[in-house]
Amino acid sequence: MRVRIVGAGPAGLQLAILLKKADSAHEVEVVERNAPDATFGWGVVFSEETLGALRDADPETHLQITDTFARWPTVDIRYRGRLLRSRGHAFSAIARRRLLEILQSRARELGVGLRFHAEIEDVAVLAADADLVVGADGVNSLVRRTYGEPLGAHVGPQGCKFAWFGADLVLDAFTFIFKQTDAGLVQVHAYPFDERTSTWIVECPEGTWRRLGFDTMDETESLAACEALFADELAGHRLLTNRSLWTSFMLVRCDSWHHGNVVLLGDAAHTAHFSIGSGTKLAMEDAIALSQAFVRHPGEIERALVDYELERQPVVERFQQAAGESAAYFTRVERYAHMEPMPFAFNLLTRSGRVTHANLAQRDPQFVRVLDAWFHAAGESRPGAVAPPPMFAPWRAGAVELRNRVVRAAAEPERLGELARSGAGLVLAGPVAVTVEGRIAPDTPTLHDDESATAWAERVDEVHAGGAHAAVLLGHAGRRGSTHSRALAADVPLRDGGWPLVAPSPIAYGPRMPAPRALEAGDMAALGDAFAAAARRAAGAGFDVLELDMGHGYLLASFLSPASNRRGDAYGGDLAGRMRFPLEVLEAVRRAWPEDRLLAVRLGVMDGTRRGLQLREGIAIARELAAHGCGLVHVAAGQTVPEAAQADYRRGFLTPLADRVRAEARVPTLVGGYLTTPDEANTILGAGRADLCLLEVPESDLERQVLAAPPEPVAAVALA
Amino acid sequence: MNVGIGLPNTIPGMDGRLLVEWARRADAGAFSTLAVLDRLAYDSVDPFCALAAAAAVTERVGLATMIAIGPLRNTALLVKQAASVDAVSGGRLTLGLAIGARLDDFETAGVAHGGRGARLSEQLATLRDGDRLGVRRDLRLLVGGSTGPAFARMARYADGYAHNGGPPRAFDRAAAGARAAWSDLGRPGRPLLWGQGYFALGDEDAGAAYLRDYYAFTGPFAERIAAGNLTSARAIKDFVRGYAEAGCDELILFPTVADPAQLDRLAEALA
Repeated sequence: MRVRIVGAGPAGLQLAILLKKADSAHEVEVVERNAPDATFGWGVVFSEETLGALRDADPETHLQITDTFARWPTVDIRYRGRLLRSRGHAFSAIARRRLLEILQSRARELGVGLRFHAEIEDVAVLAADADLVVGADGVNSLVRRTYGEPLGAHVGPQGCKFAWFGADLVLDAFTFIFKQTDAGLVQVHAYPFDERTSTWIVECPEGTWRRLGFDTMDETESLAACEALFADELAGHRLLTNRSLWTSFMLVRCDSWHHGNVVLLGDAAHTAHFSIGSGTKLAMEDAIALSQAFVRHPGEIERALVDYELERQPVVERFQQAAGESAAYFTRVERYAHMEPMPFAFNLLTRSGRVTHANLAQRDPQFVRVLDAWFHAAGESRPGAVAPPPMFAPWRAGAVELRNRVVRAAAEPERLGELARSGAGLVLAGPVAVTVEGRIAPDTPTLHDDESATAWAERVDEVHAGGAHAAVLLGHAGRRGSTHSRALAADVPLRDGGWPLVAPSPIAYGPRMPAPRALEAGDMAALGDAFAAAARRAAGAGFDVLELDMGHGYLLASFLSPASNRRGDAYGGDLAGRMRFPLEVLEAVRRAWPEDRLLAVRLGVMDGTRRGLQLREGIAIARELAAHGCGLVHVAAGQTVPEAAQADYRRGFLTPLADRVRAEARVPTLVGGYLTTPDEANTILGAGRADLCLLEVPESDLERQVLAAPPEPVAAVALA
Repeated sequence: MNVGIGLPNTIPGMDGRLLVEWARRADAGAFSTLAVLDRLAYDSVDPFCALAAAAAVTERVGLATMIAIGPLRNTALLVKQAASVDAVSGGRLTLGLAIGARLDDFETAGVAHGGRGARLSEQLATLRDGDRLGVRRDLRLLVGGSTGPAFARMARYADGYAHNGGPPRAFDRAAAGARAAWSDLGRPGRPLLWGQGYFALGDEDAGAAYLRDYYAFTGPFAERIAAGNLTSARAIKDFVRGYAEAGCDELILFPTVADPAQLDRLAEALA
């Protein structure tokens, strides 16, 4: 096979080595525009996982590379004048230049042709003259640009502005430094890679970067400014430059990594933000997978390339997802600068979703012990303290103290007692309607009269007997009322036995739903009274927590959203107008609800449409609710209109929203969004992304097996 | 988990009478469901017509569209067709609907491509509204698609989710999206989860060629779909196990070669 590889970076060289090793008859040439010893940036990081793959692929280079490695198991976090250290990680790094020397010499030894200072004029000409052309030419890949359209290539900036320096000091850990300046937070990602030098990446969001004047500095000036900024941490050492210009990280994605006999490898095909340190690892793994695909399908170009994509694309997608989360974290980290060091550090370590409470407990049991103890004692931990994980820490709001942070919810009143007995701290009933006309469906329970309150009192007693506190989600369906039971569907109107709907404006909710009548001032006063009366009945029934429903497009939420509130009076228009009625209701409920019990709000913080309620408005509403006596925001999103283009459903889809509400509105949050495991809850709670987690525990075969009665008495088996 | 089999109604050159024979054999075997695909601008048999023919010669097996492209069709006629297949089969229909992926189907039908999501929602609401067009209100509905709006539509109107194929881990991810939406919409319990895959036991080159052609509109993905064709008993067993572990309720295996021997070989591989 005649192979032309464009780009003599780690991926291109690694592939050349492996192809030649697999079959010395392959004619492999690597073409590089730069000199053999030209390289930008400093050290590159690896995780242990890659090294195994490298060892299996080519033991010779593996040995040389690992002999050169700087290795360390620790992550240092420098924040607010403190150093927090997490151990048990497995990092190794090597100078990029040294890595290339090793690979170049191995490639030469195997008979790979290496051509440096060689520019490719036309990739198509190269492709016509070879069996296989490999674009291993990095983030600015000429090969990718040549076939941008058929490959479905997307390139764009991601994350903060950054500059990649070296430093003449040897760190003994992967080090994150967070430095507060007048212009905003600036952070450093630094790690050692040989016996003299460390990589030292400085980054900050674009606004901070401009305010600090970096946008107008040349390389020398910005070096001096960064040295001055991190003088304490550098302790007399110097920063080093190697074309260390401020830039944006470029995110590269391609729908396909091959076109005809041309294939992309490493950064040319996909990039992963440097803050998870996986770019070189992914590139070298690509090379290994591609060479193996040709071992499986010798001479079958198309089959081998499809095989390579099938194997690598899912892996790369997962890393790009994690890298995207990590890059986004660093752009908003300033919002967490009020957090105590312990949750701040855990939030940082778990930012990409790859590290969780459970797997950190494996890597660094002491860190997790200290976190758990700190969390349990509300920041007052003692040396040597032990405590259960965050979900089992009690939570106090006023006179209400929940035994733990786990919330379970059920629409069916008869399930509440069981949920309390299953161990939850708080059991949430509802939705419960404040009036008969406020029901969603005929089977929606109500608190509209004293009789309904009496029935609820029994349910609340059951919850209390189970050791949990009881909460009720109290609301009015608005334009989503008078529908069939949710057991059949949602938002399918009743044909017979329905009732008239009310809303801020006469706009039907969805297909076949009737238009509601717009509320008038008198109706609104009456509704406020109905909410207050229902709140008094809820208190009388013994509920400990009242959650007022301002989510999912029901009556109060439909006032907040410009998509459903088109009123021209004082109850519509700008955000203050749209908030007016929901706040009046909150005020009425607050007066009716005992002061020593918790008043919460379920708040739809965004619609997920271009013209609907945006998250920044949702956060502003959360702030306003807190100022009006709301002690907990149960974060929801969407359903304000039925066809929301940005609707997003996956595990934990509400967590990023709860995190922003908590960090920016500074109000405690309750988050659900299909969280099914204790590990998800412990990670969210420990990292301060929410205060309470609503868990949905799926049915388990194992439980059925454990609980199943034996079919017949177990008899002793006689041994012959 | 139940395992069903597809009818070869979208394999070009297939003799229409073969569908009838295929349905008879499936009904005599252990397959839970007979399912059809839907494509307009392609050499194929109409999904509702194929299921009506199958209904006539079967007694037991469930009948399903996996999926039919709802917004290609006039809503009232779609509801009438579904209700009719359900009636002639004695209530054995599961109606899977989605917005479709192929522009040429919409162009051929002379129907706008834009707004098809909202039109599908309208159709689902009409189906659930029931009665007027003779459709049962509790007709089992599935909705396919992998976007947030598709999951929301599924959770709002349907009984479950119809996945569009791929390895078990892709199904697992989509199933989490479906369950998340189900709970967010306040539906009790959990959604039914249906999955699908392609197989060819023997004649695998013909199977791969069909998949390349059928999915040519996806460009580079056609090759990958062809590479995912299940061509051995072991691959089928692994696939079935993977789907069962991911919580699939009903897995439909679609043939890529229109030969009744394929059905027998699949039954044998699953035995």
